[in-house]
Amino acid sequence: MKSLKIIVLAKQVPDTRNVGKDAMKADGTVNRGALAAIFNPEDLNALEQALRIKDKHPNSEVVILTMGPGRAAEIIREAIYRGADRGYLLTDRKFAGSDTLATSYALSMAIRKMEPYALVIAGRQAIDGDTAQVGPQVAEKLNLPQVTYVEEIQNITETEIVIKRRLERGVEIVKSTLPLLITVHNSAPACRPRNAKRLMKFKHAQTVTEMQNSSEDYIGLQNDRPYLRIEEWSVDDVKADDTWLGLAGSPTKVKKIDNVVFKAKESKVLSGDNGDVEWLVKELIANSTIG
Amino acid sequence: MSNFYTDTTDLQFQLSHPLMKKIVALKENGFADKDKYDFAPLDYEDAADTYNKVLEIIGEICDTTIAPNAESVDHDGPQLIDNAVHYARGTRENMEMLNQAGLIGMSLPRKYGGLNFPITPYVVAAEMVSRADAGFANIWGLQDCAETINDFASEEVKDEFLPRFQFGATAAMDLTEPDAGSDLQSVQLKAHYDQDRGIWILNGVKRFITNGDADISLVLARSEDGTSDGRGLSLFVFDRKDGGLIVRRIENKMGIKGSPTCELVFKDAPAKLVGDRRLGLIKYVMALMNSARLGIGAQSVGISEAAYREALKYATEREQFGKPIIQFPAVYELLTVMKVKLQASRALLYETSRFVDMYKSYAHHSEERKLEKEEKDEMKYYQKLADVYTPLVKLIASEYCNQIAYDAIQIHGGTGFMKDFPVERLYRDARITTIYEGTSQLQVVAAIRGVTTGVYLSKIREYENTKVSPENELLKKRLTEMTAEYENAIQKAQRSDDGEYLDFHARRLVEMAGNIIMGYLLLLDSERDQVYRDSARIFIKRAQSWNRERMLYIHQFEPNDLGLYKIDLMKL
Repeated sequence: MKSLKIIVLAKQVPDTRNVGKDAMKADGTVNRGALAAIFNPEDLNALEQALRIKDKHPNSEVVILTMGPGRAAEIIREAIYRGADRGYLLTDRKFAGSDTLATSYALSMAIRKMEPYALVIAGRQAIDGDTAQVGPQVAEKLNLPQVTYVEEIQNITETEIVIKRRLERGVEIVKSTLPLLITVHNSAPACRPRNAKRLMKFKHAQTVTEMQNSSEDYIGLQNDRPYLRIEEWSVDDVKADDTWLGLAGSPTKVKKIDNVVFKAKESKVLSGDNGDVEWLVKELIANSTIG
Repeated sequence: MSNFYTDTTDLQFQLSHPLMKKIVALKENGFADKDKYDFAPLDYEDAADTYNKVLEIIGEICDTTIAPNAESVDHDGPQLIDNAVHYARGTRENMEMLNQAGLIGMSLPRKYGGLNFPITPYVVAAEMVSRADAGFANIWGLQDCAETINDFASEEVKDEFLPRFQFGATAAMDLTEPDAGSDLQSVQLKAHYDQDRGIWILNGVKRFITNGDADISLVLARSEDGTSDGRGLSLFVFDRKDGGLIVRRIENKMGIKGSPTCELVFKDAPAKLVGDRRLGLIKYVMALMNSARLGIGAQSVGISEAAYREALKYATEREQFGKPIIQFPAVYELLTVMKVKLQASRALLYETSRFVDMYKSYAHHSEERKLEKEEKDEMKYYQKLADVYTPLVKLIASEYCNQIAYDAIQIHGGTGFMKDFPVERLYRDARITTIYEGTSQLQVVAAIRGVTTGVYLSKIREYENTKVSPENELLKKRLTEMTAEYENAIQKAQRSDDGEYLDFHARRLVEMAGNIIMGYLLLLDSERDQVYRDSARIFIKRAQSWNRERMLYIHQFEPNDLGLYKIDLMKL
């Protein structure tokens, strides 16, 4: 089989799973400074799917693409420690404030620059916004077929792929042509750990900007070791149109944010007698929990 | 979500010890590998950063995989099917994770696919894995065998076996037999050289072999006909693929149940000699045991950490008489003493690791080139220290670990006696640590040399000569008093010409020395970081009263009192 290029879309997100008191600002937006920046969990499931293809077809290439501020290069390094071959950081002040539509546009322009590719793999959704829109929107902009909620890639050839999807009430096996975009569900296998030797080899991988700001000790390292270079792309590099980007290109407007406080509503204590059991069964059928 | 490395600041603190810079420079030999291997460190800062990052990977795997699997592994255990040991599901998952992360053969040289880590960061890793699951730590920790092959085997044997560790080869050290436990000199398993085939053949039985069905085993066997002592024993390396091994059974143990303890029968099993004949026990196994003992030290500290955390958590959550039980003096004293013991034994563990690192690095250099006189002296200095600190840390850390696990159950009360909380597993797992790789009693036999030759005392004097800040002077004064009392006790214990008299008091003397050493280590740690000041104060005050009790006992013990303790078999 010839080499398959697999592009994995990843996002650096605030760790909303470990939320402290100061996680939200007074205006209702996320206080990114107070939360650790992590690899979006379902993007790790996506990366694992890509790496499994590479396990089976070792001449495949797993390329990571992320959009974000300079520090998002960290998740490219992390992906490389786990087995990705290289990565691209899409970064530019003009991207700031992009909603899912503008983000999808930017990502799709970067992906066009990476043609030809066989597969684009993304996590289903990011834990900061939980929209699950970016993957499908990227597919639309690239005019690619898409399969969402992927749990397993059962087979892949140069032209075709067989995929298992995790749906609410079961699984579905689908077949598609390539190229294709898929979004991976968190029921897919967890990502393999960072590998110590890869970490030691690639820990000095940096973008141009990072290199300019780093200590003088390791200057010149990238000349001898070109694999330590993380590509950095701007709006111009991917030939994107400014008007589709940032706040201007983002039709999403936040109207209002509510603080949700969970509290128990009315409760009923049931015993094991027949009357209570019958009441419970009726209740559960009525609200479609069973039936 | 936590990380077993970053949540324990003691570990990072130990790795930032001033001696580490020299250890890394020696281990990396001027960072010469950086031009040959793309994963070799560029300088000290790069190496130190790498240790931190790699240990974070292990810390994460401990938190997300090994610790969550510990309960089911303890419950399921390994099984023997068709002459092969099958690990529990959780054990297989743990292995798979550590393999994928490339964490087997951490201290091996790069040319064999290792990471060339010094011992000290490797011990940090062993401690974390033990905290997550002490039984699993045995399986993973047997990569020590690779170290022994690297230290002593021929180039040919090294080339054959060492590169397999990076791909996850498991290992075992097959020493004990039904009639050769503590007394390894009486090992019977026979090795004879087959002239025609040009190989060694093993025949005999091994018992209580951890991970006995490993891919690669080091086997102690009698190679010299007509001998009956340790000088007739040689060390062999056996490849499971070559056949000739029967796993007769897996023992049903009290603790560390995830680790398969096997009875093995070798039947015409082919094997290769490690190093020279006759040096098996007296040189190689002694070295292997020393690294294994350091490993048990790490395991003990890891279990202590886990038990302390469980106890602390329970004591803050459990309310009685209208408040969390941690607010009662009887409970908070227990907890604080647990923590202080944990920190003291950890300080001793890493001091010992650094000594081992120093002399081992020099030893490897000496194979390549002639050492300068100062280097040779330094190697000897650290080897001497490592020789007496290793049994000391094995003794003290394992005994503390049992005390801490005991107290952790006590804090849980009746709940701790139930199978519902992890603490009962920790208590069972802790129990073996004072027994295997040499019982506490045997550690004393090795450590007493540190007392009689004055090696402990001269190191204590060095600690004493280190300048401390004014607020620590008072504590240091206590330690100098303790040292005088220790010298006095040694004198008393040597008043009789009868060697048995000294043997009788040996443990007391060794533990007195250990207390002074740990006292100094905590004191010096508190010079580097204030957080250790309280622990140093508590530890030294307790240790002084404890040492005085020992001293008093030795003082009032007349040479003929020994007879009072001797049990007359005729009267039974």
